[in-house]
Amino acid sequence: MKAIGVILAGGNNQRLEKLTTLPGRAVAAMPVGSGYRAIDFALSNMTNSGIRKVAVIAQFSSSSLHDHLSSAKWWDLGRKKGGLFLFTPFSSSYDSSFFRGTSNAIYQNLRFFTRSNEEYVIISSGDSVYKMDFNPLINHHVERNNDMTIMYQERPDLDVRQFGVLTLDKDENIIDFEEKPLETNLKTISLGIYVIKRELLIELLETTNKEGRYDFVRDVIGRYRKVLKFGGYKFDSYWNTLNSISAYYKTNMDFLNKDLRNFFMKEYPYIATKPKDEPPVKYNVGAQVLNSLVGGGSILNGCVENSLLFSGVYVGEHAYIKGSIVMQGAVIGNNCVIENAILDKDTSIKDGTNIVGTPENPVIIEKNRHI
Amino acid sequence: MKKEVIAMLLAGGQGSRLGELTRKNAKPAVTFGGKYKIIDFSMSNCINSGIDTVGVLTQYQPLLLNKHIGIGIPWDLDRRSGGVTVLTPHLKGESGEWFTGTANAIFQHMAYIDSYNPEYILVISGDHVYKMDYSPMINFHKKNNADATIGVMQVSYEEAKSFGTLVCDENFKINLFEEKPPEPKSTLVSMGVYVFTWSVLKDALIKDHTIHADSDFGKHIIPNLLDEKCDLYAFTFDSYWKDVGTIDSYFSANMDLIKTIPDFNLYETFWSIYTDGDNYAPSYCSTESDVRSSLISEGCEIEGTIHNSVLSPGVLVESGAIVRDSIIMKNCVIKKGSFVEGCILDEGVIVGEGARLGLGENIPSKHNPKVYYSGITVIGENTTIPPNITVGKNCVISGATTPEDYKSGLLDSGEYLIKEEVAP
Repeated sequence: MKAIGVILAGGNNQRLEKLTTLPGRAVAAMPVGSGYRAIDFALSNMTNSGIRKVAVIAQFSSSSLHDHLSSAKWWDLGRKKGGLFLFTPFSSSYDSSFFRGTSNAIYQNLRFFTRSNEEYVIISSGDSVYKMDFNPLINHHVERNNDMTIMYQERPDLDVRQFGVLTLDKDENIIDFEEKPLETNLKTISLGIYVIKRELLIELLETTNKEGRYDFVRDVIGRYRKVLKFGGYKFDSYWNTLNSISAYYKTNMDFLNKDLRNFFMKEYPYIATKPKDEPPVKYNVGAQVLNSLVGGGSILNGCVENSLLFSGVYVGEHAYIKGSIVMQGAVIGNNCVIENAILDKDTSIKDGTNIVGTPENPVIIEKNRHI
Repeated sequence: MKKEVIAMLLAGGQGSRLGELTRKNAKPAVTFGGKYKIIDFSMSNCINSGIDTVGVLTQYQPLLLNKHIGIGIPWDLDRRSGGVTVLTPHLKGESGEWFTGTANAIFQHMAYIDSYNPEYILVISGDHVYKMDYSPMINFHKKNNADATIGVMQVSYEEAKSFGTLVCDENFKINLFEEKPPEPKSTLVSMGVYVFTWSVLKDALIKDHTIHADSDFGKHIIPNLLDEKCDLYAFTFDSYWKDVGTIDSYFSANMDLIKTIPDFNLYETFWSIYTDGDNYAPSYCSTESDVRSSLISEGCEIEGTIHNSVLSPGVLVESGAIVRDSIIMKNCVIKKGSFVEGCILDEGVIVGEGARLGLGENIPSKHNPKVYYSGITVIGENTTIPPNITVGKNCVISGATTPEDYKSGLLDSGEYLIKEEVAP
């Protein structure tokens, strides 16, 4: 493979509110699709594309990722050569190295790049749910002779003001770029997935960091957009990012769609994750499960509809769960009604409790909470 | 490097009474409880008991078994020192021989054991379903300064006839051992778990090799040690243990798991059972599904009805299909409107639309009445059942069958249909 991978998993975690802030969880470590963590998608895409050396750059709440990535072998990255590198800020005697921005985070680990000899670098966010082979992207980048290629989508369904917005000419050259514009009528957004020559990346990082500019999007893409040849690459498959509670809720519910579920879970290559060694799901006499996904080791005595249950969930007798996301190890007592809610890990709900939200505004029960 | 205790796991047996399930596969590699293989229980017991060096002796149809074990990753047995080693029969100089008995298999791999210079060796089998912490048994062995300690359990008088039975004193010192006695003097039987002081066993193996070419623990080694006045102790085990050696016992042990409070609990987090999972997705039940009293493994997609059944990973049950009282193994496809009752479907079976399996009277098999007598129909791996076919009880079907193979669309109870596979 002629590329190394970088996954940016350190971003701002305020936008998922108490799902990330209270347990101290990186967005990339958020549970998705009844069995995965968000970072599994970017990481599996890289190894499935043949990339053998991947750096995960984390800053906020990195311990949640340390646990998930503690062994790299599940992604075939437990290697003598290459493998998985997890970079977090560290202090030294002369400098506390808290990352000052995405570009600074990469720059502080510049040796990872200078010591590699692969020609290209794929940079991806660790917060996005998508499945792709990076090889056509690299080929496109080479054919167009771009300095950097940015993946994009037309997304009239999203609030584009939360994204980097691109203006492209008819040959897919990027002629303008604006990060999180206050006002725009454009619908073309950057997906936070880039390919760039390794040597050019090193050069840009050295220059911008010397100038005290530390943000990859603003100070590298924004500042050089008219100096260098930046091109777009349209991604026409599923892509969503977990940048709000509603995006998190909706992205999970998307897995109840058969075609999408088959695309992610049944079609080779597969998304890999750390195995949990859970026994099969146990359906007892009173179980009734409709249009729902259930993770391993769950024990079901009640009714579950249009919901995602992660591993090791217990559902009591005559309980009714609808339109909800129930994370690992949650215990739901007898006769409970849980509708349009997100129950975080290891929550426990006493017999007969009702928790009802709306799809637009799901109730969140934070990690370890007992109700 | 020295290890105080290492385990030798006997996984070479065929398990011939499992019929079609072990025709192309060794018994330890037969699926159990949806996602597990039978050997997973012994392997997991080892690592959960703190034993990190395991020699697995394979012989019969080892391909699936060897692939399953690999370098031991699922059990955390991929180690720099110790870990899992698959041990096979091999040539020695100009000659070589198969394993001729349980003790002979260990005899042939004494060099492996000696390379760890152990004080004790644990000899176990990959044929049994149980959860056991071996460390109290090893401590019991040490405390007694024993030469050998045998794991034992209580069974009924009738069952005792097919085990090694033993009589011991109030300190659990064994006075008498009889292998499969017609008239047992005790209902305390060996469960095939032994701890030996290695120096004692090594001498016994070398000595017995010159006497019995088919050296066996139950038939030769244990009686010989008793004759030589060695100190043998019994360690009692009173939890769930099953041999699952017949179609009938295999079926009922699987069904035991789906009770609301099962005798054998897979859901205890302090004693996880590990297996080689293929990173399967969660299971999905559609709006039309009806799943009750069943175990459903990862990656299953259920649109039909499942009652009292155990499903392995990746099974697809289409809408209108009904599965009752059955064991469905990995990647089977049960097509629209079909009906499966009282059957065991091995991996990769495709049941055609509208086919009906397991109907009719309980007539013992014409193929092998000693194996297929309890009414259960067994479908071999990667078998195709054409649409709208009716199949009775105690049937055996194997291979890609076509409608022409079934006279007037029917295979009567007790009949069999085994098609030779085409060489790839």
